[in-house]
Amino acid sequence: MTGERAPILGYLRPDGRKGIRNIVVVAYLVECAHHVGREIVSHFRGKDVHLIGFPGCFPNPYAQRMMERLCTHPNVAAALLLSLGCESFNKFSLSRIVETSGRPVATLTIQENGGTLSTITDGIDWVAQRLEELDGVTRVPMDPSELIIGTICGGSDGTSGMTGNPAAGLAFDRLVEAGAACIFEETGELIGCEEIMASRAVTLELGDELRASVAKAARYYATLGYGSFAPGNADGGLSTIEEKSMGAYAKSGSSPISGLIKPGDIPPRGGLYLMDVVPDGDVRFGFPNVSDNAEIVELIATGCHLTLFVTGRGSVSGSAIAPVIKICANPETYRRLSGDMDVDAGRILEGRAKLSEVGDEIFDLVLSVANGQATKSELLGHREFILTYKTFDPIGPACLPG
Amino acid sequence: MNDPRLLLLSDRDNVLIACRRIDAGEKIVIGRKPHVLAKTIELGHKLARCSIGAGEKVVKYGVPIGSATRAIEPGEHVHIHNLKSDYIRTHLIADTAS
Repeated sequence: MTGERAPILGYLRPDGRKGIRNIVVVAYLVECAHHVGREIVSHFRGKDVHLIGFPGCFPNPYAQRMMERLCTHPNVAAALLLSLGCESFNKFSLSRIVETSGRPVATLTIQENGGTLSTITDGIDWVAQRLEELDGVTRVPMDPSELIIGTICGGSDGTSGMTGNPAAGLAFDRLVEAGAACIFEETGELIGCEEIMASRAVTLELGDELRASVAKAARYYATLGYGSFAPGNADGGLSTIEEKSMGAYAKSGSSPISGLIKPGDIPPRGGLYLMDVVPDGDVRFGFPNVSDNAEIVELIATGCHLTLFVTGRGSVSGSAIAPVIKICANPETYRRLSGDMDVDAGRILEGRAKLSEVGDEIFDLVLSVANGQATKSELLGHREFILTYKTFDPIGPACLPG
Repeated sequence: MNDPRLLLLSDRDNVLIACRRIDAGEKIVIGRKPHVLAKTIELGHKLARCSIGAGEKVVKYGVPIGSATRAIEPGEHVHIHNLKSDYIRTHLIADTAS
């Protein structure tokens, strides 16, 4: 089936990676520069100019690395950096890294650039020039094996693990088979799945790392005072924590697990990867992920061209930089929010489709969206973005077996 | 062929999932055998696909989700009254917190 399909046309970057969108990012490096960034981006409504940023004034190596990865993401063609001037974010290093990647980059420092108005004006001019250069750029054929795809679930209910998540898992199986890199995450909702997950690891040592990542999540959430099983779960038909976790785990499909990565670690080749999103060390900066979009941003920083988002209750989120495909697990939610949903997976429950058909539909949609088709959240202008403080140790040698 | 109101998620499973609410007294078909529901089953809840012995793993999504605490008949509701987690420790975190 895949062989007869029109090839994906992508955007070749000077570093050799290929993107599925051609975006100019405007990145504020402290909250104090956020307004200037928003004004610049709002001048280009309907164009591929996206606002991202980090609000903190104090340094954080994780945030620095996230911004480096995001500004050199294959969907990004050029980056405008906005500094107030006295924040501690290393704008020089960020600018150098974007420049080395072969992308146009400029830094505007508000304190040295005459303040708000003149920085907005200069920023708009710079972005307008970049858009002119990008107009009519030639796209190149891109194989499905060059794609990196992420998956998350949010606003989950009892139907998520029955329809949307297993269907996303089937799509993941086909994508991995086609050579793509696929990433699942949420180790805090994989408690109880560690042994099954470890048995799917390509090496015994990687299996140990997968187990350890779930144990870390269990410790971290216990410190935060999380209960891992709410009464509502039982009302919805879930009997045990492992059953609840398994619903989320179903998104991973059935491929062997090729590696364990952390936010910003780009998968070295195709295959299925677990992303460990729970910080290392003592609980320091609060919740591991303040909202679904924090996880989506981490998936994007890890190279994801697009994200599969399974929802039961009905999230409407999209994202800056990379499209979000929304898979609605609950047929009643779909009827209420069809304008926000790309896939009606809940029809499995009503006998209107087989699981495999919805899996195939998701797979086909991934390739169409990769080839430029807009998702519902893109059409609606959703470009959510959030990045906060975290701490990670580098992954160990067993995490990415050769 | 199973009852269309019941969903089999994996061939290895010994439970079926209700795709919609099924009222007590209604007849359901599991395998080729009819069963009369003793109690109402809500959307998302589990029914035994076959006999499950006490202590046997309950399998959903092709993987164990806990162990049966007593013998379960085909067509019987499978939930917290006859199924327990094999990960008690995880439950205890929530219990001690409250």
